[in-house]
Amino acid sequence: MSGSTAVQPDTPSANDPPKGVPPAPVTSVGRSRRRPRAGSSLTAHGEPMVWLIGGGLAVCALMIVVLIGWIALQGFATFWPKPIVQLETTDGTMLLGEVTRSELFEPRIPPAADGDGVEADVVDAGAAVEEDALLGLATRRLIRIGNREYTGTPFRWVPSAAVETETTPEWAVLAERLEWGPFIGVPTGFRIDGEPVADDAAAAWAAFGEHHDDVVRRQTQRKQLERDDTGEVNYVLEHDRLAVRRAELDVQHAEHSHGRESEAYRQAHARFEQARATHAQTQRWAQAEFNRIRALIDELNAENARYEIVMRTADEREVAIPLGEIVRAYPANQLGFFDKVSVYGSRWWEFLTDDPREANTEGGVFPPIIGTVVMTLLMCFVVVPFGVLAALYLREYARPGPIVSAVRIAVNNLAGVPSIVFGVFGLGFFCYIVGGYIDRGPTDPTTMGPWMGALAVLIAIALVAAATTVVKLRAADQRAFGARLLGYAAVALWLLALGVCAWMFIRVPFFDGFFAARAADGSPTFGKGGVLWASLTLALLTLPVVIVATEEALAAVPSSMREGSYACGASKWQTVRRIVLPRAMPGIMTGMILAMARGAGEVAPLMLVGAVAMAPELPVDGHFPFVHMERSFMHLGFHIYDVGFQSPDSEGARPMVYTTTLLLIAIIATLNLAAFYLRTRLRRRFAESQF
Amino acid sequence: MTTATQQTETHAALAGEEPVLEVERYNLWYGQTQALHDVTLNIPRGKVTALIGPSGCGKSTLLRSVNRLNDLIESVSIQGSMRLNGDEIYNPRVDVIELRKRMGMVFQKSNPFPMSIYENVVYPLRIDGVRSRSTLDAVCERSLRGAALWDEVKDRLKESGLSLSGGQQQRLCIARAIAAEPEVLLMDEPCSALDPLATGKIEDLIQELKGEYSVLIVTHNMQQASRTSDYTAFMYLGRLVEYGPTPDIFTKPHLRETEDYITGRFG
Repeated sequence: MSGSTAVQPDTPSANDPPKGVPPAPVTSVGRSRRRPRAGSSLTAHGEPMVWLIGGGLAVCALMIVVLIGWIALQGFATFWPKPIVQLETTDGTMLLGEVTRSELFEPRIPPAADGDGVEADVVDAGAAVEEDALLGLATRRLIRIGNREYTGTPFRWVPSAAVETETTPEWAVLAERLEWGPFIGVPTGFRIDGEPVADDAAAAWAAFGEHHDDVVRRQTQRKQLERDDTGEVNYVLEHDRLAVRRAELDVQHAEHSHGRESEAYRQAHARFEQARATHAQTQRWAQAEFNRIRALIDELNAENARYEIVMRTADEREVAIPLGEIVRAYPANQLGFFDKVSVYGSRWWEFLTDDPREANTEGGVFPPIIGTVVMTLLMCFVVVPFGVLAALYLREYARPGPIVSAVRIAVNNLAGVPSIVFGVFGLGFFCYIVGGYIDRGPTDPTTMGPWMGALAVLIAIALVAAATTVVKLRAADQRAFGARLLGYAAVALWLLALGVCAWMFIRVPFFDGFFAARAADGSPTFGKGGVLWASLTLALLTLPVVIVATEEALAAVPSSMREGSYACGASKWQTVRRIVLPRAMPGIMTGMILAMARGAGEVAPLMLVGAVAMAPELPVDGHFPFVHMERSFMHLGFHIYDVGFQSPDSEGARPMVYTTTLLLIAIIATLNLAAFYLRTRLRRRFAESQF
Repeated sequence: MTTATQQTETHAALAGEEPVLEVERYNLWYGQTQALHDVTLNIPRGKVTALIGPSGCGKSTLLRSVNRLNDLIESVSIQGSMRLNGDEIYNPRVDVIELRKRMGMVFQKSNPFPMSIYENVVYPLRIDGVRSRSTLDAVCERSLRGAALWDEVKDRLKESGLSLSGGQQQRLCIARAIAAEPEVLLMDEPCSALDPLATGKIEDLIQELKGEYSVLIVTHNMQQASRTSDYTAFMYLGRLVEYGPTPDIFTKPHLRETEDYITGRFG
């Protein structure tokens, strides 16, 4: 550095530093003492700090942009139809498939050891690869060859050096199937009832186009019969079966408490016999219904089985595929732009509205979307009222002091507790304790005598507490020592009453649970993970978000408004309700939406309290009470985990991981944007032209 | 008990007035600090009384003591008595809410509520549970006319009170303060945040309100006090120094201290 020599800035000279270079710091003591500092030193300017701060922001922004950009790129590109290439390799293998991606590799290291979980065969190109390698690296492509039942592994790595010839066959068709993943081949014929009606690719494709829509329509009908109609019969059947089980439990109960000779026992037994008779009748009806539905399904199946398309694979295998097996097929190399858009759109539509297939790696994510939405809304209904009430008390009513500070610290700590802890708590408390209570009633009920005694005690305590409260509130001077003592006494009495109440709940002798019949069969209703317990667990988790946001919003209401309201003769509650709350509404809404975004993106606790990889039913349906809070559900976040890390074909599941992630991020981004929009809009309404 | 080191110079002209608000030997402490010392004054009915004095002399504290807004501050303790039309304000049995409904207050900075102009004006009635549409409409119009705002806002009563200009907002607050027909109207430097034009309108308005309402106004601006008020009280360091008819206070004050302050010679 040039700091050791004295510079004479006053006299311009040829030695002046070029423009843009900051002047060298003056270190000569004698000179700088005479000259006032011009403030041009680098540290005085703070220029380096500005660069540091700006750089920090740039790095953060870059990370976010790269992450979101990568997910968006992969998520949006994955459904776009790719061309199909035919490769002849040096070892004589013919491959037909989509190019998934390409990469550099070191030929000496076997790719199976690269540890990314891709179980793909590798075409051995022998010494050719090593000759081709530059700096020890060669390129290879991952080809999706499909046809899992014939090839074993639907992906194959092909080093560039191993490719003898590469063509894009005109009639290569990719067929997405209900089972076994995609099929890639060239159509050679079309059969109706086993009779060939076409013998070349174009004719076969034309016949496919002619019949496929009808087949898909019948397929949909079949699905409806299997799911909805059969489900309806099963619902009735289960209802009657549970009635029998309940009657049986009643008989046991009557026998236990009144004996076999009692009237109660005889009546219970009569009801049991009747329920059994009803059930038997329902069973006969159900059998007939099942037969009828089966016949309809068989008919549709038989009609669909008539149509088959014959395709030839790359290894010269002729395969006849029933049209009913094919979800969607397209000749990849003949598609124009609009055809591609149509395939793309139909894939997105399927993704958003259909059920998953093939262990969630294909099909759609409709059930997880519904599950996520229902869970988040339920969570909102719980967390917003509680959070707002808590914040109102903390900010508006509680006298600031050590207790309020402690509560506030506790709330903030709650936000820092690892979410899995909430999951464990939810499982232990909500599912097993509360859910078990709802299912089977108290585990250790007391007898009627002590319980009635407790009831009398409860009533007495409540009366005394109420009286104390009234006396305290009517005291002339609320701050007087006596009045405060009465206040503490009232609170203590109410807490005692609450304790007695809880004891009575836990030991209630005449409650056997709402779902004892199912619990007796070993299938708990509320005593396991479900959408209600998941919502409550997440409500606990997001409570700090709502409380903190609401408190800040309340604190931001100017005190002049409160004073104005008090001066008009409004009470505290009227002021809170009519002035403070409306004014704080934007902040409260923001808190709510942030809590929703947090809840919708949470996974770890949900794995314990009700999210499952494959739920047989949606949490909402047409049966009363329409929202089934006890059901386990599918969730987008958990879906990502399950598809990405628990599925046998992780390479095949990769597109679903990207698209599902994109969808989840899009939902959360939409929620956050909504919060932002709402806040600016309401803020503008409240802060319009102050002067 | 504090002993008054200085007696208030109260002019004889006040003896003839019927008081709406009587303050007697009123002391106020913020924690350990005494802010008001033995203040004694009677606010005459149907007249405008101005409280003047340098910053921090306790004018606003006195005003806020009248409707017990100081109760909201934890550390405040008081001594002495105040009576509104003969009813003790600091009686422990008094319902503060009901008490405040008998007074209107206008603040230094206009504070319309985040609701429509209409709802702003009828707020004191709303919190009283008045539902009758015709009553509310009548009160709204009467108050807005009283505050000389009716012609400017009659076509946009449903718009937000915050959409008005600063002067209009302050007049809206005055309309709100007179909606419940208060026995005394308290004004805490109502024009200090307004431009001269808006100030002029508010001052005209105060003149119009005189007679119908008893007004107690705190002001920094001595011209304003001399223009608008009938009586003026000069406060200094928490004490009421001199209290008398406005022309007398401004032209021939009895005390040297008052004269110094009014002529600007004040140290």
